[in-house]
Amino acid sequence: MVADGNTPAPPERLWRNPEPKRNYDVVIVGAGGHGLATAYYLARNHGLTDIAVVERGWLAGGNMARNTTIIRSNYLLDASAALYDHALRLWEELHEELDYEFHFSQRGVLNLAHTEQEVRDARRRAFANELNGVDAEWLTPDEISEVCPILNTSNLRYPVLGATYQRRAGIAKHDLVAWGLARKCDEMGVDFIQNREVTGFVTDGDRVTGVRTDSGDIGAGRVGLAAAGRTTLLTDTLGVRLPLQSHPLQAMATEILEPVHPCVVMSNHVHVYTSQAHKGELVLGAGVDTHNGYAQRGSVHVIENQLAAAVELFPVFARAHLLRTWAGTVDVTPDASPIIGPTPYENLFVNCGWGTGGFKATPGAGWVFAHTIATGEPHPLNEPYGMERFTSGALIDEHGAAAVAH
Amino acid sequence: MTSPSNPNRVNASVRAGRIDRTRTLNATVDGRPVHGRPGDTLASAMLAQGDIEVAPSIQLGRPRGVLSADCTEPNALVQLLDGACPEPMLPTTEIELREGLRAETLSGVGWLSQQRDTAGYDKKFVHTDVVVVGAGPSGIAASLAAARGGARVILVDQHRELGGMLLDGRADIAGHPATEWIGRAARELAENEQVRVLTRSAALGYYDHNYLLVAESRTDHMAVPPPSTSRQRLWHVRAKQVVLATGAHERPVVFADNDRPGVMLASAVRSYLNRYAVLPGREAVVFTTSDSAYSTALDLLGAGARVPAIVDTRPEPSARLVEQVRAAGAHVVTSAAVVATTGQHRISGVRVRGLDDDGSLTGWSSEFSCDLLAVSGGWNPAVQLFAQCGGAVRWDPVVAGFVPRTTGGRSAKVVGSARGTYDLAGCLAQGFAAGAEAATLSGFRTAPPPVPQVDGDRQGSRPRPVWLVPDESRPPERCTEHFVDLQRDATVADMYRATETGMRSVQHVKRYTTISTGLDQGKGSGVNAVGVLAEILAANSPGEVGTTTFRPPYTPVPLALFAGRTRGELYDPVRTTPMHHLHVEAGAVFEDVGQWKRARYYPRGAEDMHAAVLRECAAARTGVAVQDVSTLGRIEIVGPDAPVFLDRIYTNGFAKLAVGKARYGMMCGADGMVLDDGVSMRLAEDRYLMSTTTGGAAKVLDWLEEWLQTEWPDLDVYCTSVTEQWAAVAVVGPDSRTVVGRLAPDLDVSADSFGFMRFHETSLTGGIPARISRVSFSGELAFEVNVPRWYGEALWEATMTAGSDLGITPYGTETMHVLRAEKGFVIVGQDTDGTVTPVDLGMDWAVSKQKDFIGKRSLSRPDLVREDRKQLVGLLPTDTTTLLPEGSHLVEPDVSRQPPVPMLGHVTSSYHSAALERTFALGLISRGQQRFGDVVCVPVDGRDVEVEITSPVFYDPEGVRRDGPAQG
Amino acid sequence: MLLVRCPWCGDRDEAEFRYGGQADVDYPADPHQLDDAAWGEYLFVRANPAGSFDERWVHTAGCRRWFSLVRDTATNEMRPDIPRRREGR
Repeated sequence: MVADGNTPAPPERLWRNPEPKRNYDVVIVGAGGHGLATAYYLARNHGLTDIAVVERGWLAGGNMARNTTIIRSNYLLDASAALYDHALRLWEELHEELDYEFHFSQRGVLNLAHTEQEVRDARRRAFANELNGVDAEWLTPDEISEVCPILNTSNLRYPVLGATYQRRAGIAKHDLVAWGLARKCDEMGVDFIQNREVTGFVTDGDRVTGVRTDSGDIGAGRVGLAAAGRTTLLTDTLGVRLPLQSHPLQAMATEILEPVHPCVVMSNHVHVYTSQAHKGELVLGAGVDTHNGYAQRGSVHVIENQLAAAVELFPVFARAHLLRTWAGTVDVTPDASPIIGPTPYENLFVNCGWGTGGFKATPGAGWVFAHTIATGEPHPLNEPYGMERFTSGALIDEHGAAAVAH
Repeated sequence: MTSPSNPNRVNASVRAGRIDRTRTLNATVDGRPVHGRPGDTLASAMLAQGDIEVAPSIQLGRPRGVLSADCTEPNALVQLLDGACPEPMLPTTEIELREGLRAETLSGVGWLSQQRDTAGYDKKFVHTDVVVVGAGPSGIAASLAAARGGARVILVDQHRELGGMLLDGRADIAGHPATEWIGRAARELAENEQVRVLTRSAALGYYDHNYLLVAESRTDHMAVPPPSTSRQRLWHVRAKQVVLATGAHERPVVFADNDRPGVMLASAVRSYLNRYAVLPGREAVVFTTSDSAYSTALDLLGAGARVPAIVDTRPEPSARLVEQVRAAGAHVVTSAAVVATTGQHRISGVRVRGLDDDGSLTGWSSEFSCDLLAVSGGWNPAVQLFAQCGGAVRWDPVVAGFVPRTTGGRSAKVVGSARGTYDLAGCLAQGFAAGAEAATLSGFRTAPPPVPQVDGDRQGSRPRPVWLVPDESRPPERCTEHFVDLQRDATVADMYRATETGMRSVQHVKRYTTISTGLDQGKGSGVNAVGVLAEILAANSPGEVGTTTFRPPYTPVPLALFAGRTRGELYDPVRTTPMHHLHVEAGAVFEDVGQWKRARYYPRGAEDMHAAVLRECAAARTGVAVQDVSTLGRIEIVGPDAPVFLDRIYTNGFAKLAVGKARYGMMCGADGMVLDDGVSMRLAEDRYLMSTTTGGAAKVLDWLEEWLQTEWPDLDVYCTSVTEQWAAVAVVGPDSRTVVGRLAPDLDVSADSFGFMRFHETSLTGGIPARISRVSFSGELAFEVNVPRWYGEALWEATMTAGSDLGITPYGTETMHVLRAEKGFVIVGQDTDGTVTPVDLGMDWAVSKQKDFIGKRSLSRPDLVREDRKQLVGLLPTDTTTLLPEGSHLVEPDVSRQPPVPMLGHVTSSYHSAALERTFALGLISRGQQRFGDVVCVPVDGRDVEVEITSPVFYDPEGVRRDGPAQG
Repeated sequence: MLLVRCPWCGDRDEAEFRYGGQADVDYPADPHQLDDAAWGEYLFVRANPAGSFDERWVHTAGCRRWFSLVRDTATNEMRPDIPRRREGR
C-alpha cells in the first residue's frame, strides 16, 4: 500500500507493550485522547515521564475512536473561549510538534441559525468570540452559500437565517492524533498498559496510593482520571459524587466519495453536524440518546432524525449510503461544560464531563490537566471548571454552543 | 443459448437458471453495451458476455474482476447513472438488470450528483410474533413451522425470490429438486394471511428488545417505476421472537496476486452457473480449504468446463468427494496451495506448491493453466445482526468460523449456516425447531414439522484454513501482493507494518490498514484479517484475536431512506392559529416561534419591516391596534390544592389571588433560574388559568406534571392544556376600550367597572362566548379577548370591523417586542438564557419572602448572590439613530481592545422606538442596577458605539397610560 | 429502540417517552436546612450506574404519566417486574 495519506508513511514504532512496573509517579486512567495528551504534556511541560496510562481496552478505543472529529473553539462564555481556543492554538502546532500527519484541516465551521432567537444567540456568541480573540464572522445566507454551495438554505421548513463562521475550525483524523501522541509519549518513556481495567483505588486516609485493576494493583504517587463515560464507576468507589450522566452518543459514516462537502456544518435546530473526512466519507452526528447507557449503542430513531436533518440541509446527500453507525459513552454534565480539577483526595485529579465535545479540546485538556496533576493546582484555564461550581452555582452553561442535543 | 455476444451463457438444456430467456434487456456500462435476461444481475449479465474485468483498484490501480455473487463484492462497484438520480458505489452483484440501465465502473470511490433525488421513501411500523431473517432453507423452515403454529410471521430476504443458497446448488429435498420444495413453501406462506414475506428486503439492524430494521427495495428492478410507488421502504419491525437464518459468506484465500481478474469465490462460480446459467470460465482450477468447493468442481464439469486441478490444503479431503470429481475428470492435489497467479487482465494460470503440516511450502510444485480460479477459504457465518445487539461470538475450530456463543434463549435464535451448520438436513431441522419454538414462546404452542429426506451438500472432512499462503520468495512482512481487503488495497505487508508499530489489537490493525472499512464492512475481509493477525501474533487461534465490532446497517442504504417522508413541508408540523389565513391575506410576514407561524409584521405597500413596525407601534400607542395572541400557552389548573400548588411553582403569591383577578407570575427552575412567565387568572376557588410563553407551553405543562406526579401526588390538582381550545386577540391602545365595548355590548368596559388585571365573561355580538381580561404587555390600555377556538376568525373580523373607523391596525410579534421593551418587560428566552434569576431582572418584588417556592433555595447560593452579577438594564446609544445589534457586548470605554477584552454583558433586545423617536435596547450588564447613568461602549464593526446605562423602563415609567385616557 | 413498559399503556416504543434519570430522588423536605454542598448534590448529582438502574420515564405521547422501572444500563435488559408508579390520586 502506498503512503497516500490514508495511512501514515512507514516505518514506525508507535508504542511498546510493557508489563507495568509496581509503582509510577503518575498513573493516568484511560488512554483516550485526553489521557494521552495529559501524559504528553506531563512529560513535555513538567518533565515527568514515570507515567503509566492504564487502558481497559485498546489504546484510544473509547470515544477517541468514535467521535465526529470536529475541532473548533467558538464557545460563548469567556472561560470556554479561553479553554477551547488554547486547545485550537495547540492543534495548529501539534502535527509539527509530534512530527505526525493526522490530516488537521482548518476548513472552517458554520453554525447555522434558523430562528430569530438563534440568530440573536449566534451573534452574541460571535461578538463574544471576537472580543475574546477567537475568530468569528456572521454570515448571511448568500455568504453561507459561497462557503458551502451544497447547503440548502432556503428551501427548508426552517430556512437558514444566518450562520457564525469560524475559519480556523476544522477536522482531524482521530485515530492518527491518538497514535501521534502515543508515539511521542512512548519515546519519552511513558508506559501504556492496555487491556487492563482499573476497578478502584488503594487509599490511605485522604490519599490515593495506587489503582486497583482487574489483574493487580499499581502504585501511584498521583492519579489522573481520564475515563470519560466510565468516570463515575471509579469515583463512586471513593464516595466522590460527580454530577455526570452517561449516555450513548451515536455517529455515522457513508462510503467514500469524491470531495463534495468543503467545510464543517452544524445546526441545532435542524439537528445534525457533518463534515467530509480526508479519506472521503461523510461523517455525521447529532444528539445523545436521552436514556443513560453504557452499551455503546443507541436507538434507530435518533439516526433517522439526524439523517432527515442531513438530507434537508444537503439534498445532494440523498443517495450517499449509510455505511456504518456506532456509538460511544459520553459523560454529560448539567452545564455541558467539563469538570477538570482536584478532588477531595489530595493526589487524585479528575478530567471528565466533556460530554459530546471532548475531541476538539484534546491537546488543551491534556495541557491543563497535566498542569493540575503536576502542581496539584488547576491551571488558570481550568480554574473555573472544578467540581465546586455545582455547589456555588457558578455553572458554565454552554448548551447552546455545544451544538449537540442533550 | 450461447451466442457470440453471450459466449458464457450456458444452454438451457445444460442449465435453465432462474432467468427468462424469452426477453433481452439492454444496459450500458462505461458506454459499452451489456445484454442480459430478466433475472440477471448486472454482474451475471456482464459475465455472460465475457466481461470479467471491472475498474482498477483504488490505491494501486491493479486490474480487478468480479469476485463474488453477493453483497460482499469488493471490486465490481459502479455508479448508477440512470434513475431519478445518480447513485454511487453499488456492487454489480446486487443490481438487478433492467432495461436502460446505465452505469460506470468505480475504483472504490463514488460521487454525489447535484441532481435532486425525487424518489419517494416510505416507512412502515409493524408488530409481529416471529420475524425470520433469511429465506434460505433454514429460514423457510422456520417460517413454515411458526406459521403452521398460527403465529404472525414476517419473513425477510435480500433477494428477489426465496431459496437462499439452495438456488446456488442442486440439492434434492424429498426426492425432488429443492426448487420445488421452495416453490411449495412460497405458496403456502403467500396463502397464509398471518404471514408477510418481504423479498428484495435486507435486514439492516437488530436493535434492543427485538426491533429490526429492514430496507425493502420496491422499484429499483423496474425499468419504469410506477409513479406513485415509493422507491424503497424502511420497515420497523417489533417482534416477540427473532430467528436469524442469515446464512454464511464464503471467504477468499490470501496468497500472492490473489486479486487477479478471474479469481472468484467457488460458491460464486456455482451461483453464476446455477442461478444465472453463466460459466465464468472454461478452464477452472479450484483452490479450496474445505469440502464445499467440490460441488463447484462437479457443476463446472457437468456444464462442460474443464477442471485441470482441485487444489486442496487438506491432506485428506473426503474420499467420497475425491472419487466423484476424479470420475468426472478432475485431478485432485492435496496438502497444497496456490502460491501465485499469472495473467494481466485475466488470470491465465496458477502455480501450486505443497504444504506441510505447519503451513510451510514443501519442495513439490506444479503449474496449471486456467482462465478461472475458484477459491474457497472457508465460510463465515453471517453473525452481524446477532452481534449488533450484544450477541457474543466465539471461534469454532471445527467449522473454522466465528459462530454465536449462544444460539437461543433470551437472544435471537440463530439457525443454519449462520451458526456454522452447513448440511442441509441440519439446516432444515434447526429451522423447523426454531420456528416452532418461536411460535410457542409467542403463545402458539406447536411442534416442529418432520425434516424431509435431503440429498446433496453433505459435509465430510474438516476444513483446513490457511490464513496466509507463504510467498515463494518473500518473507510474509514483505508480502505486498497478498490482498486481505481488495476494496481497500490492503495487504499482508500492511498488516505486518501495523504490528511492527506495537499494535496487537485487531481493532488497531483494522484502523491502521483500513481493512474492513469498505462497503463489505468486513464480511469478505474481516475473518481473513483476523486469521492473518493470528498468524502474525502466533496466537493459538483466530478466537484469541477476536473480531472487530459489528454495527448496523448490515448493508449500505441511501440516507434518503432513513429520512423517509420527513422532508420539506413534512419535516416538522406547522402550527397555525384559527386566524392564520386572514393574516396571510393581509400580507403578513411570518416568523417561526417553535412550530408556530406567527405574524411578525404586516407591511403595507412597499414598507420594509422597519417602516411597518414604526407604524404599528404608533397605532398601538396613539390609537388602537390588534394582535393575534392565540399561540400563548394556556393551562387550566383545577382542584382544591390548586392555590397551594401555584404558590409552590410561582415565585410570587397566587394562593391568595382573588377570584376574578389576574396576576403576572414568574417561575424558576430548582436552580433558581427563570423558567417561564405569564399572566395567570383565578377563575374560581379551585380553578386557575395559567398563561405561559408561546415556546414554553409544553415545557411548563411537563414541569407542572412532573412535580405533581413525582413529588406531590398528595396534592389534589389536575392540569389540562387548553392552548388549542382558545383563540385570542390583544386589543391595545387608547381607543381599545371603545373597540372592546363595541365587540362586547353587554359588558361594562368603563374604567370604573373593568379594573386592571381583572377579567369578565360575556357574550360578544352574535352570541360568541368570551372571556375578556385587562392585561397589558405594552403598558397601554389593553384588553385580551379570548373565545373558543372555532370563533377565532369571527373574532378577528369582528375586531377589525369594530375598530375600522378608528384605524385599527393589526400588529405582529416585532411590534409586540418593541412595545413591551419600551416598558422594560422581559421576554423569557430572549432577555433570559437559563442563567438569569428574577433578582437579576430587578424583579425582587416577585420573589416572595414569605413562602417557599421552587428555586428559592438556590437563590441564596454563593454565585447567585454575587454582587457583580449581570442585571437587566436599559441602554441608550448616545447617537439616537444607532441601532445596537442584538447579541453585541458592552465593554468599559477605557479598557484596551486587545483580546481578551473584558465584557460587561450583552444586548438582549434592541429596537427603533416610535414613541421615543430614537433607538433603545435592553441588556444584561454586570452590576447594572448600580450603574444607571454610566456610559459604556459597544464595539461594532471596528468602532465603538457609546451607550448610556439606564433604567429598563423607557416609556411612561409612572404607568399612567395603562388605564387609558381619562374618561369624562 | 428500547421497548418501555408503561404501567397504564403497556409496552411502547422509547420514542413515545421522555427519560427522567434516577427515580425516587425526593425533593428535600426543607431545602433551607441543607448547606450549599448538599443542595448542589440534590440539584445536580444523580446515580449513574453501569448495571441495574432504578430509573423513571414519562409517557409523553401517551398517558403522560410518570413511572419507574429497572433497566440494566450496560445491556438494556429490562427487569420484567411491573413498573412502579406513585399512587396518590
